[in-house]
Amino acid sequence: MAIKKFAVGVYDDEEILFPAVKKIRHSGYKLHDVYTPFPVHGLDDALGYKSTDLHIAGFIYGLCGTSTAVGFISWIYCSDWPLNYGGKPHFALPAWIPITFELTVLFAAVGMVLTFCYLNQIMPGVKKHVFHPRQSDDKFVAVLEINSQVTEQEAIDFLKSTGTSETSIQIAEAGWWYGRFDQKEAYEALNP
Amino acid sequence: MHIKYESFVREPLVDGSKDYHQISEDIVSPIERKPGRMWYVGFFFSLVLLLFGVFSVAWAVYWGLGTWGVNKTIGWGWDITNFVWWVGIGHAGTLISAILLLFRQGWRTGVNRAAEAMTIFAVMCAGQFPIFHMGRVWDGFFILPYPNTRGPLWPNLDSPLLWDVFAISTYFTVSLLFWYSGLIPDFALVRDRAKTKFRKMMYGFASFGWTGTAKNWQRQEALALVLAGLATPLVLSVHTIVSMDFATSVIPGWHTTIFPPYFVAGAVFSGFAMVNTLLVITRKILHLEEYITVGHLEAMNKVIVLTGSIVGIAYLTELFIAWYSGSWGEQAEFRWRIMGPYWWSYWAMMTCNVVSPQLFWVKKLRRNIPFTFVMSIVVNIGMWFERFVIIVTSLYRDWIPGSWAYYSPQWTEVGFYLGTFGLFFTCYFLFAKYFPVIAVSEIKFVLKTSGDNFKKKMEKIEQQSTEEFIHVVESHHEEEHEVHH
Repeated sequence: MAIKKFAVGVYDDEEILFPAVKKIRHSGYKLHDVYTPFPVHGLDDALGYKSTDLHIAGFIYGLCGTSTAVGFISWIYCSDWPLNYGGKPHFALPAWIPITFELTVLFAAVGMVLTFCYLNQIMPGVKKHVFHPRQSDDKFVAVLEINSQVTEQEAIDFLKSTGTSETSIQIAEAGWWYGRFDQKEAYEALNP
Repeated sequence: MHIKYESFVREPLVDGSKDYHQISEDIVSPIERKPGRMWYVGFFFSLVLLLFGVFSVAWAVYWGLGTWGVNKTIGWGWDITNFVWWVGIGHAGTLISAILLLFRQGWRTGVNRAAEAMTIFAVMCAGQFPIFHMGRVWDGFFILPYPNTRGPLWPNLDSPLLWDVFAISTYFTVSLLFWYSGLIPDFALVRDRAKTKFRKMMYGFASFGWTGTAKNWQRQEALALVLAGLATPLVLSVHTIVSMDFATSVIPGWHTTIFPPYFVAGAVFSGFAMVNTLLVITRKILHLEEYITVGHLEAMNKVIVLTGSIVGIAYLTELFIAWYSGSWGEQAEFRWRIMGPYWWSYWAMMTCNVVSPQLFWVKKLRRNIPFTFVMSIVVNIGMWFERFVIIVTSLYRDWIPGSWAYYSPQWTEVGFYLGTFGLFFTCYFLFAKYFPVIAVSEIKFVLKTSGDNFKKKMEKIEQQSTEEFIHVVESHHEEEHEVHH
């Protein structure tokens, strides 16, 4: 977690954002992140992101669910307390399919959602800096990090050349912290 | 960037001239306004029903299940009827959000949020019935397989009744997660728009600190897709397992192999009807007619006529098999269903479920909102009678004529049922007030392909010859190619 200085560029449409992102990547400016109000398809490619492995995690969680169910039920019926239901076999796999299926789905879903929250660093009570109040509404926001190699003015001028409708310089926490969204003291102290 | 192209022959999913900001305004502003008088009236009426339900249940728990009308012959009455009815209703939401996502049905975006909320509330209502049917409800946790001092003695994991415990609790959990993972970005929108400190704090908490980075969205879409893939067989499994509660018992009228598909079709049928009931009112009161269009209602009416017909074929198949089986018990059972003391419930079921939905073959009626509303209620009355017919009229005349009996509900059972309506509508009213009832980010995502004003721009392209059109698409591809490298 670190307090950093950012140059913020605001775009009005995803069709302006795409070429802008391309330009930023070529320019050598350090791109902090891009914020959009809805999933913009192709943006992850344009930013050079790899596809997510979340579904592989889901598959592994699912396997854990399957083995938990089969292991637990077979332990109960074959070892811990074998019951004789009308002479039927103790190891009655077909009758275990429903519970095995349900636990597979349950483990996969719960595991994936928790992993999703962990990877995105979101949780009840987590706070992150919002660079533009309408970044969840209709604005597309690209944020550049300002370090010792660039001046504020350079970064702003560059952003303006990419078709922004609005720019600003903000000092903010780059990561997440515990806090409430109704309290602005920390940010206002940094940006008088 | 949107290469996806939709002919204007397809109805727009969003009417009116909208831009991204207008969508946020339309959907979020009801949360920021004071609710109208109708909301207060409805909410307090639901709350009163809920309290009456709590009283009826408390009465039955205190005095015992002898206060219900169920007896030794008819051990399952209104309680299990209502349980199956509510679970069935709870199928539409996840079907709309999961199966229709996999089938890439664009129209689901307008209705999935409300339908999923409805699902979750319906499953909550359904769960009450088996729990209180246990009688000694304070021992209810005995159904869970946990190490205990009774042996440890485990529940019967080979029994459909226990499968149900797993199926319904899993279904509830997964639906809730699916619903909430879609809600997080929309809560962030409400948070960022919030003017009051309290609202900012509450929605800030509910939105988990979501900011919507490109990586966030990439993961969010991956999550939604996999959860949809998981939820699709899950939806089908839940009512399949509920039907096995009956089908694995050796009771004429229950012991049939068509039960799983027949129950699933019935569940979708009643679920879509309930979605229509709620959405016809919601769109009117919250002024969302441009997002939940007549086209949406028509699509759901088409599903209703399809599933209603499947259910109708299942009823006829049951009758045919009863005759064809040559089994005396099976034949007598179905004769009594049609002509016995409970004939009225059978004919109510037939009329409401099989005959009246056929009117939806007429396009004018499918697109008629008052008719849709009335029909959605008729369907759910029919589906209630279906469960009553299956449960009560299979049990009331068993193998020993000396123990034949008749069953009518007592006030405690009726109160319990009304109470679940109270629970359902209390939750729904709170949802309609405090939650974005339409998935805002998903609507924004489809706006440029399916919005009315954007579709109009396609008319020019639509006039082009194939040659010209291919050329346009190819140049688009090249542009994208450049962006990537």
